[in-house]
Amino acid sequence: MTNPQSAISVQSVSKSFGRGDSAIKVLQDVAVEIGTREFFTLLGPSGCGKTTLLRLIAGFEELDSGSILIDGERVDHLPPFRRPVNTVFQNYALFPHLSVAQNVAFALEMQSLSRAEVIRRAGEALEMVRMAAFANRKPSELSGGQQQRVALARALAPRPKVLLLDEPLSALDLKLRKQMQIELKQLQAEAGITFVFVTHDQEEALTLSDRIAVMQGGRILQLDTPRAIYERPSHRFVADFIGDINLLEGKVDGGAIQLDCGASVAGNFGHAPGDRVTVAIRPERARLAKSGEGSFAAEVMHSAYLGTATLLQLRLADGREFLLRETRIGEGAAPPEKGSRVSVHLPDSALQVFAA
Amino acid sequence: MSAASPLRRMGLVAPALVIVLALVGVPLAIMAWVSLLERGATIGVTWDSAPSFANYTRLAWEEDFDGTMLLNPTYLIIQLRSVAQAFFTTVLCVLLGLPVALWMSSLSKNQRDIAVLLITIPFWTNLLVRNYAWLIILREDGAVSHFANAVWPFGPVQLLYNDTAILIGLVYSFLPFMILPIYSGFEKFDWRLLEAAYDLGANRRQALTRVVIPLAMPGIIAGSMLVFIPSLGSFVTAAILGGGKSLMMGNLIQLQFGQSRNWPFGAALSVVLLALMMLVLVGLALWRNRQGGKI
Ligand SMILES: Nc1ncnc2c1ncn2[C@@H]1O[C@H](COP(=O)(O)OP(=O)(O)OP(=O)(O)O)[C@@H](O)[C@H]1O
Ligand SMILES: [Mg+2]
Repeated sequence: MTNPQSAISVQSVSKSFGRGDSAIKVLQDVAVEIGTREFFTLLGPSGCGKTTLLRLIAGFEELDSGSILIDGERVDHLPPFRRPVNTVFQNYALFPHLSVAQNVAFALEMQSLSRAEVIRRAGEALEMVRMAAFANRKPSELSGGQQQRVALARALAPRPKVLLLDEPLSALDLKLRKQMQIELKQLQAEAGITFVFVTHDQEEALTLSDRIAVMQGGRILQLDTPRAIYERPSHRFVADFIGDINLLEGKVDGGAIQLDCGASVAGNFGHAPGDRVTVAIRPERARLAKSGEGSFAAEVMHSAYLGTATLLQLRLADGREFLLRETRIGEGAAPPEKGSRVSVHLPDSALQVFAA
Repeated sequence: MSAASPLRRMGLVAPALVIVLALVGVPLAIMAWVSLLERGATIGVTWDSAPSFANYTRLAWEEDFDGTMLLNPTYLIIQLRSVAQAFFTTVLCVLLGLPVALWMSSLSKNQRDIAVLLITIPFWTNLLVRNYAWLIILREDGAVSHFANAVWPFGPVQLLYNDTAILIGLVYSFLPFMILPIYSGFEKFDWRLLEAAYDLGANRRQALTRVVIPLAMPGIIAGSMLVFIPSLGSFVTAAILGGGKSLMMGNLIQLQFGQSRNWPFGAALSVVLLALMMLVLVGLALWRNRQGGKI
């Protein structure tokens, strides 16, 4: 049942901390197959178990049940130093008694490479994160972002087959962060490293990843490509967590859904009559109605010009807010003014319906 | 701070300086001066004798009847033995103390407190009493002696009244002074660094030598000073467990001020002891500076 393509195979892994009644279930029956050279991202709110899953793969925690395979071999009984993975720690964990260069050279020295080779490859890794100028400093003499880049260089220097990155860019400013994102992605593709990447930043996850696992409360809710996660979220939580989305509650009434705001949507989307449901639609998929289209009325609260689009903040009949990102305003027509009334159309193909 | 602050600070520390000078500096100066004088007829010092280094020459040379100087290694051997004893005591304390401190820091909060308590309990009894206890433990017809003789394949083992006995006694007496500073260093130790070392491919031995020990170094150095210096000057342990046969510098000094009533020679020995300790301290300070002073 092992997929030969998988770099990492996590099979029904469970993990709790503490014993007896006070035990906290941190991971529950998690299963993931991560392909070779894949850029795989774990995304989820704080405390959902991302770091714990990485620590299990790296070998710093013991499994309660399940198994973990790397390149087809079971590793869950191996100590961390026998596993072919390196980690960029969430807290950096740089060695305070070693200089930046010595930190980066650490893993290379463990591999008993020649001195010249160690120096060359440590230099390369430092160059990549633009920290070569700081080679002789101690970690305590660096800023948080600089420490983070050293941690990245240290984990990259030994060229592991699998790299586990726990929010490796979180301390960088936006510009550097964007640059490092591009370089990480290039490096990952060129060197053929499998990345398991943890982030809070959903935009980062969407732009970098081959696949994303959205986690909540120790479970993987959805595991798919960024596009599928964004366009076809499997759960209301996933829809809400990733990107902006309007969530409209309502009830299935025969072949249609009667929304609480007064509007109705044709079709029951597989839900039984009488069920409470949530209809989700992205702001850019809703639009101002043309005449003759099914629509409902809303009041403009605020209108923001974004250059490529206009973002309208609307109020529905039941008082709820509704976001609408309209790209076609401006081709002659002036944007609706604050306080004016508009009619909104929800295209059927753009709707997602979840059991409430 | 204003420009006058160095002066003001001088004023504030002056009382302390005066006390240190009066209670440490002056006695030391007197001792150094006495070491240059001749002994008194029965006891004490001949204060009006001409100062000379005769007492220091006596450490290594002996005047023959015809006035020629002969090398007398007795005192040199005692000094060398003292330094060696103190050195091996320190090394053994590091080797025993480091694992104990490591183990202690892996305990839960409550267990740690108990461990610290257990380690300090020996201080509740007098050093003399503790050394006598070892006399009983190591005695010839005791269980330890029987056991040692049973497992040691190279002939009979004599545990008491020799250098081994002194070493055992010294290590026992000073081990807590090694464990506690190392342990206090480990309390602040970020154990995630150990995970990082493992992650980067270091096995347990490499993680220990490359990460744990370097970071424990301040504690090891502090502990080494706390063990080496008092070991070098100790005399109770050598007197009791060495049975008076294996002298250390402390015993020799005590002998001069006591039975031999040769205060100037005792003072000269004390000055040499002090110089040896200073040498160690300066050596350690230099070594630490070379390490960049960061650790
Ligand atoms: N050693 C531990 N003992 C007890 N509970 C723990 C331990 N480590 C983690 N937990 C708990 O497990 C849960 C998951 O923690 P984890 O660090 O995996 O979260 P995370 O998804 O990485 O969060 P963040 O995004 O904030 O880093 C949290 O509720 C945390 O309190
Ligand atoms: Mg985390």
